[in-house]
Amino acid sequence: MYKNVLTGIPGIEVYPIVALLIFFGFFLGLIVWFIRVDRTRMDEVAQQPLHDADRTLTSTTEQHP
Amino acid sequence: MDGSATTSGGQVRGRTETIAYDNNIVRLFAMAAMLWGIVGFLVGLIVAIKLYAPEFLGDWSWLSYGRLRPLHTNAVIFAFAGNAIFFGVYYSLQRLCKARMFSDLLSKIHFWGWQTIIVSAALTLPLGITTSKEYAELEWPIDIAITLVWVVFGWNMMGTIARRREKHMYVAIWFYIATFLTVALLHVVNSLELPVSLLKSYSVYAGVQDALVQWWYGHNAVAFFLTTPFLGIMYYFIPKAAERPVFSYRLSIIHFWALIFLYIWAGPHHLLYTALPDWAQSLGAVFSFMLIAPSWGGMINGLLTLRGAWDKVRTDPVLKFMVVGITAYGMSTFEGPMMSLKNINALTHYTDYIIGHVHLGALLWNGGLTFAMLYYIFPRIYRTNLHSKSLANWHFWLMTLGVIVYAVPLYWGGITQSLMWKEFLPDGSLRYPNFIDTVTQVIPMYVMRSIGGTLYLVGACVGAWNLYKTAKSGKLVANEEVQVVNHRIDDPHTSDTKGHWHRFLEARPLRFSIYVFIAVLIGGVVEYVPTALIKSNVPTIASVTPYTPLELEGRDIYVREGCYTCHSQMVRPFRSETERYGEYSKPGEFVYDHPFQWGSKRTGPDLHRVGKKYPNAWHYKHMKRPKDMVEKSIMPPYPWLLEAPLDLTHTEGKIITMRKLGVPYDEGYETKAVADLKVQAEEIAADLRASGFNEATSDKEIIALIAYLQRLGTDIKKQPTTAGMQ
Repeated sequence: MYKNVLTGIPGIEVYPIVALLIFFGFFLGLIVWFIRVDRTRMDEVAQQPLHDADRTLTSTTEQHP
Repeated sequence: MDGSATTSGGQVRGRTETIAYDNNIVRLFAMAAMLWGIVGFLVGLIVAIKLYAPEFLGDWSWLSYGRLRPLHTNAVIFAFAGNAIFFGVYYSLQRLCKARMFSDLLSKIHFWGWQTIIVSAALTLPLGITTSKEYAELEWPIDIAITLVWVVFGWNMMGTIARRREKHMYVAIWFYIATFLTVALLHVVNSLELPVSLLKSYSVYAGVQDALVQWWYGHNAVAFFLTTPFLGIMYYFIPKAAERPVFSYRLSIIHFWALIFLYIWAGPHHLLYTALPDWAQSLGAVFSFMLIAPSWGGMINGLLTLRGAWDKVRTDPVLKFMVVGITAYGMSTFEGPMMSLKNINALTHYTDYIIGHVHLGALLWNGGLTFAMLYYIFPRIYRTNLHSKSLANWHFWLMTLGVIVYAVPLYWGGITQSLMWKEFLPDGSLRYPNFIDTVTQVIPMYVMRSIGGTLYLVGACVGAWNLYKTAKSGKLVANEEVQVVNHRIDDPHTSDTKGHWHRFLEARPLRFSIYVFIAVLIGGVVEYVPTALIKSNVPTIASVTPYTPLELEGRDIYVREGCYTCHSQMVRPFRSETERYGEYSKPGEFVYDHPFQWGSKRTGPDLHRVGKKYPNAWHYKHMKRPKDMVEKSIMPPYPWLLEAPLDLTHTEGKIITMRKLGVPYDEGYETKAVADLKVQAEEIAADLRASGFNEATSDKEIIALIAYLQRLGTDIKKQPTTAGMQ
């Protein structure tokens, strides 16, 4: 049933190839990025959540949960 | 804001500014999450008890299982996890952006708007006002309100990101952006419906298409409402609690892109072996299987962040909840891909195994992370210490043991029941031809599950008490004043544009958002468009005709009572199912089903071929008191259907609406609809009276429901007639 439907779409033959290229290209891009990225900068960005502020003004006492 | 140029170490450039983080909005959402969480768990416990004690809480229509179960799922997903997402985002986003939320007014509208939606859900669902699309049951006016409030949330978030004082957006923020965009897309597409009246609408999609859109939504609601925001939360709170940066920031970026790209394709794994086209099923299965890679990459990244800090896990309640939560994420995301394999799915689908699976995710992953955040945030915004570490430990063990006592029996029961459904005798007949025999077998598991749920609920109450005492012992710092260095002061677009392309992206939230949108759109388009094109090509079955007005009214009662929460309408092409139920379901049989009623769980048997299987009188008696017909039945009684008069106010409007959606009722048929309805109703009532039910009159709701049930799945047995009303 569905094969009949799909063959009814113009240019359907290229769909699987386009889909594969998108998929492959996407992950190839990610791998290239992974290798080329500047690691020291990555480390810097990773520190971001550790510093909520450069100085806390509201309270004078350090919190100790 | 004050400004004084600072330079530090030759690296950090910018200006020091004084700002105040809004902790009040965090507190409001946190309290709402805790409150609605307890309500949601309690309703869950009630429906769990009703499964083995159907008379529990009496025969009130608005407390019946079919109406409370959607209330439970909606409360836990949108009220508990929803509010948890918001307080997690509002707390972490301000600190990651070094900026107060964009607008206090938008924050307030967001908070009160969301709570109003929750209250309207709590009022409408027990009244049977529902679309019956799972996890999207709310009717169209509430759908519109959700859209507006969601836009307010997104606007507030994007505004905050635009005003950030950090050049780069930390990975948690990416997960938040993906959440906002994708949930907006999912909600709008899945909720397209044509109103009949203020509180009743029909889905614009029918049958196979409606099922595909619904599960594209349903699955990705899990992905983008219950997963991505909590991953963002994990990437912020795990480093905070462990006091060290995430194990690999590069891995977190791979995790992000791979996850959002792959997730959106996986929806059809909810429809394996159904009437959905085979290619869509296979595509869904393959992508679901691949999902294990980014999911486990993320889990490992979270857990490895704790390397060298495992000693803290022993003492810090926040980390305990986090670690169990992330571990549960790993288990759920292992089960998910496995159950997407067709052979495993054939065994687990429609069973309690799925219920165990989703509760592992919801109670430990979402619940664990939410409680971890609450224990982290409360002492900080109240500038105090946690009231009692030992109570937090009690909560932790009640939660963990509760989920084990909940999930393990359901895993066991689910597989047991599935094997019983499929078991044959040597002569080729079913070993358990009576469905009820497979139900009574798993009742002890249902009892165990409610004990597990009780433990979890008690744990949550202990947690709420602990947080209340914590808040009482301190004072809320509603506006937390801090000094931050503005790293974006010297050029608003940053000077990093010449750098790497991804850095370029990170500095531009809008462009980043567009790429995220494209990444999630690809999967949806590839799967949906060909299925939509099928519309004109669906193998039309000439004998399949639209419902009669009485059947249509009966169908709306079926929807209102939430019958789909326990009964599927989809006979899969297995011998064990065709033996038990009859011919397997064909896509062409559902072309007039706005919305589809395939269901996702078989607490009771499939109903697709129930039409003409029993006499009218059987249904009449069965709906009044199921135990009279099936002694050990756990179906609740529906006595109100025998008393309430059938409301014909909207019958005409329903015919008109259906015609607008493409159902071939003849032009002007609506004027004859009520007369036709009454004729058919009188036939059924007369038959009931002839069977000894002298009280049966044609104007009752039960008559319409019987008409619908007797029609189900019978079209393919008819001689072909021309489409349209006979």
